[in-house]
Formats: sequence, C-alpha cells, structure tokens
Amino acid sequence: MHKKSIIELGAGLRAGDFSSVELTHHFIQRIERMNGDINAIITTTPEQALAEAQAADQMIQAGQAGPLSGIPIVQKDIFCTRGVKTSCGSRMLDNFISPYDATVVEKLKGAGMVSLGKANMDEFAMGSSNETSFYGPVRNPWDKSRVPGGSSGGSAAAVAARMAVAATGTDTGGSIRQPAALCGITGLKPTYGRVSRFGMIAFASSLDQAGPMAQSAEDVALLLQAMAGFDAKDSTSANQPVPDYSATLNDSLEGLKIGLPKEYFGEGLDASVATSIKTAIDVYKSLGAELVEVSLPNSHLAVPTYYVVAPAECSSNLSRFDGVRFGYRCEQPKDLEDLYKRSRGEGFGAEVKRRIMIGTYALSAGYYDAYYLKAQKTRHLISDDFKQAFEKVDVIMGPTAPATAFGLGEKMDDPVTMYLNDIYTIAANLAGLPGLSHPVAPVNGLPVGLQLIGNYFAEAKLLNLTHRFQQETQWHRLMPEEMA
Amino acid sequence: MSLDRSDVEKIAHLARMALDEAQVNLYVQELSHILTLMEQLKAADTDDIEPMSHPLHMTQRLRSDEITEVNCREENQAIAPQVENGLYLVPQVIE
Repeated sequence: MHKKSIIELGAGLRAGDFSSVELTHHFIQRIERMNGDINAIITTTPEQALAEAQAADQMIQAGQAGPLSGIPIVQKDIFCTRGVKTSCGSRMLDNFISPYDATVVEKLKGAGMVSLGKANMDEFAMGSSNETSFYGPVRNPWDKSRVPGGSSGGSAAAVAARMAVAATGTDTGGSIRQPAALCGITGLKPTYGRVSRFGMIAFASSLDQAGPMAQSAEDVALLLQAMAGFDAKDSTSANQPVPDYSATLNDSLEGLKIGLPKEYFGEGLDASVATSIKTAIDVYKSLGAELVEVSLPNSHLAVPTYYVVAPAECSSNLSRFDGVRFGYRCEQPKDLEDLYKRSRGEGFGAEVKRRIMIGTYALSAGYYDAYYLKAQKTRHLISDDFKQAFEKVDVIMGPTAPATAFGLGEKMDDPVTMYLNDIYTIAANLAGLPGLSHPVAPVNGLPVGLQLIGNYFAEAKLLNLTHRFQQETQWHRLMPEEMA
Repeated sequence: MSLDRSDVEKIAHLARMALDEAQVNLYVQELSHILTLMEQLKAADTDDIEPMSHPLHMTQRLRSDEITEVNCREENQAIAPQVENGLYLVPQVIE
C-alpha cells in the first residue's frame, strides 16, 4: 500500500479495497520499523491517527469522502497541533503542547486526512541539512550516511521512505524544495501569502510560506487545494481566488516558453547534476515547450541579501521566547535578566543563536541602514530581475540544489558553505514567487531535483508542467530499495 | 569587517542570550565570516531603489475593533513554567 500515491490510495479507499484504519495501521507499523534509523518523525500519535482513520472510514462509507479522506500525512513540527507537542525542533519548545491548531492543520483535518505525527526539522527551520534539530539529525533514506536536506528534512525523508503518503513543509529560503530534491520527492513552495501562516511558528515573516510535499504533482495539487486560501487570522494572507489545481494538470505545453537563467548553470553547479537537469529540460522540449535563455543579473546578491533579511526578522520573531509564559525556563534564575538570558542561552541551539546574533547586529543602532535597509533594496533588484524575465517567458527552470545530498557532518563547521546550498532557491523567497522541485535522473544513486519558478499565483502552471513531465518519465516513482 | 570579543558580548546582551566562553570565541570567528558575506551587498548600486519589505507590496489589512478571541487563560497557563492565582511568576523585579 505504501508504494501508492494519494490518487491511487483514494481510489482504493472509495472502492472498499481497504479501509483507512488498515492503511493507517500499515503506516504506523512502517514508522515503528523504519523510523529508528531515519529519525524523520519525532512525535507519533498512533491513537489519534486511528481515531481519525475511523472517522474517515465512516465518511467514506457514507459517500461523503473527498480526495484526501483517510490518507495518512505527517506534519512538520513547526505547525501547531492542538494537544500534541509542537517543538519546532528546539529544546526551547520541548515541553510545549500547543493549545490550538494551525490553519493548515485544521484545513487538512477538515479534508479528512489522518495525522501520523510530527516531522523532525532543523531547529526553528534554520538549516539546510536537518542537523540543527535538538532531536538529532535526520538520515537520508537513499543513503543513511547523508543528510536529507533541510529544514523540512523530516518531512522529505518520511515521504521518501514511504512512512507517510504526504507531508507538510515550510520554505523560507528553500526548506521545502531543497530537501524534496535531495530525497527524490515533489515539493511546492507556493506564492507568499497563498497558504496561511497562522499557527506556523514564525522564522522570517516576509519569507515564510507553507507548502505540500508528496510523490507527484498530481498529489501535490490535491494537497495544495486543501491548504490554500485566504485566512483572516494571518495578516499577510493573500485574498485571491483559489483555482482548481487538478483541472489544468493535463493542459498542453505546446508553445510554452521556459526561461533558463544563465546564472543558474554556471560555476558551483556539479557537472553530473547539470547533465541530469539538462536531460530533464529536454523532456519538456519534447513536450512542445520552447527553451529561452534569460538572465537574472542580480542572482549573486540573493544569498547575502537573505542572510541579512532572514536573521533580522528571526531575531525579532524569536524574542518572544523569553522563558516567562511558555517554553523552556532555566533553573533558579537570580533575577529577571538572568531568567531571560539563561533561558534563551540554554534553550536555543548553536545555529539559532548564530542567526539571532547576526540579526540583532544588523538591526542595532548605527547599522540598520548599512545592512537591513540595504538588503531590502537589493531584494527589490532581485525581484525586478524576475519581473523582467517573466515578460519573456512563462516559467523559469534550473537546478534546485548545486549538488546531491552531502555527508552528515560535512558542512557543520562552516556556516557560510552551508548557506550556499540554498543559492538557487533563496531568490524565489525574496521575490515571493512560487517554486517547485521535482525528481529527475539520479546521479550515482542519489536523487536530483529540477526547480521550476513561476510568476505570482502560477502554482497551477508549475503543477501542470510537472504533471506532464511525470506522465512521460518514471523518476518520481523511484524509491530507496531498502525501503521497498 | 570583523568583530571582537566585546562586540560579540554586546550583541549577546542586546539579544538577551547568555553565552559561555567557548561560544563567545566561536562566534567571534563565525560572525566575522558571515559579515564578510553580508558585506558583498555594499558593491550593489541601489541608488533610487525603493526598499522592499513585503513581496506582494500589500498594505496592512484592517478589521473592525471587535473581540474575536475566546478566553484560553487556563489552557495557556497549563503550559507555563510557573503560575500562581492566574498570574505568571518571574523573579522579584521591584525590591
């Protein structure tokens, strides 16, 4: 059952081939058997899952089932789940039982999905390898000596190892797309504001966006359908109609213009990954699309801009964790300042502290103009590059990550090298554009992801392209042999 | 641009984070390295460029001033480190 997609499982459930309780049992057993090695899931909720599965079965029998009814999912542990521990991968929230559900969680529950538990992640979503989690690193199911990517590494690994049919993720600088690429699955970061951020623990509020991760574009379309939409509880939620994402999956690609930014194929890109990407782009060409070279001349500014904007916003967002009302509190504080300082010093891990320090510095008196204001201006330049490119093309394509999954521990000593992993994904967050990563031909048995970047609210177009590609190819169906 | 010990200690104080000796030493190295990355922005010509604070250039949405929150005091305090009579306790602030 675990090899099937949401579409296939949904059909099986509605035909009565198996029940959601049986399906849920199957995945609970897989998690028990396989998660010890992978560490993708840090909180399991089997009793709740079976209760939700029972409820879904009743809906299915009553003929009231939707396409997601009874399908097991894992939630990234950044999403608040009522009555269930929501740690955000941090010691700071190790004791935090959320009193409410995130809008995303509520919507997926409402669609009848069964939550198996919470996925491991980089602490407060800060990382590109899932090694900064308080609960230990996640291992890549394709090669357990390697990282799964991050920050949604647990989500990606859980889907890749078929411990869940789907997962939620969040993406601030590539945190859905890069782990999707490194684990061989399909992941979508929607347009900024497309999916509600309510109940999603904030990292960098002008960049954060939630999105779905699954095996195929077809499945991602169903998940996005349930997740997207205006939410009055999120002041940055976009008040835009939500199209039917499944309806346009089969549209023809004839005459569609694909832009290939020359900056995404230059120095720093692994040669074998480049070959794999070019082979995939040729598939699109064979489907009738036209390839056009474009330029995003300010691409080199994306990483430095991001490492001002994101830490600045993170230092402000994470000031709420003070040891007073919830979360970690140090032992025996001698006064209020000691309580703040030691609770934060002991509650946050090294990468989170590093980013809070950078952000605090960038926003401190005398430096604001030189760093934060300057970065907001370079952010505008990066955004304008895309605006100009989209006057000529319908979609932009390139690699998701510069190389395949790297070894555990390999980049932990050098933060700047680690940051360069997100070199191709960060710009879409800065501009607020939707981006998708889907699997293409592996290199030495390790997955490679192709990235598609679309214009604002063009998620349906990205899913259409990917679906047509996945009808022609089988790469998205590959799974680690050991996990079969 | 590089930072020294006193810079790192000052930033840690502003961020209200206690750092031990080893962490201070580590951050002196690492933060300087990251600042070098950030310094790359200086070369960009941004004259006449408006700062971008929001990707969709949206303005803040307003709503009518009505109470929409329900009272969750008990649930919220159940997860607090220390409460008494409905109040959050911290070390004594005023002597």
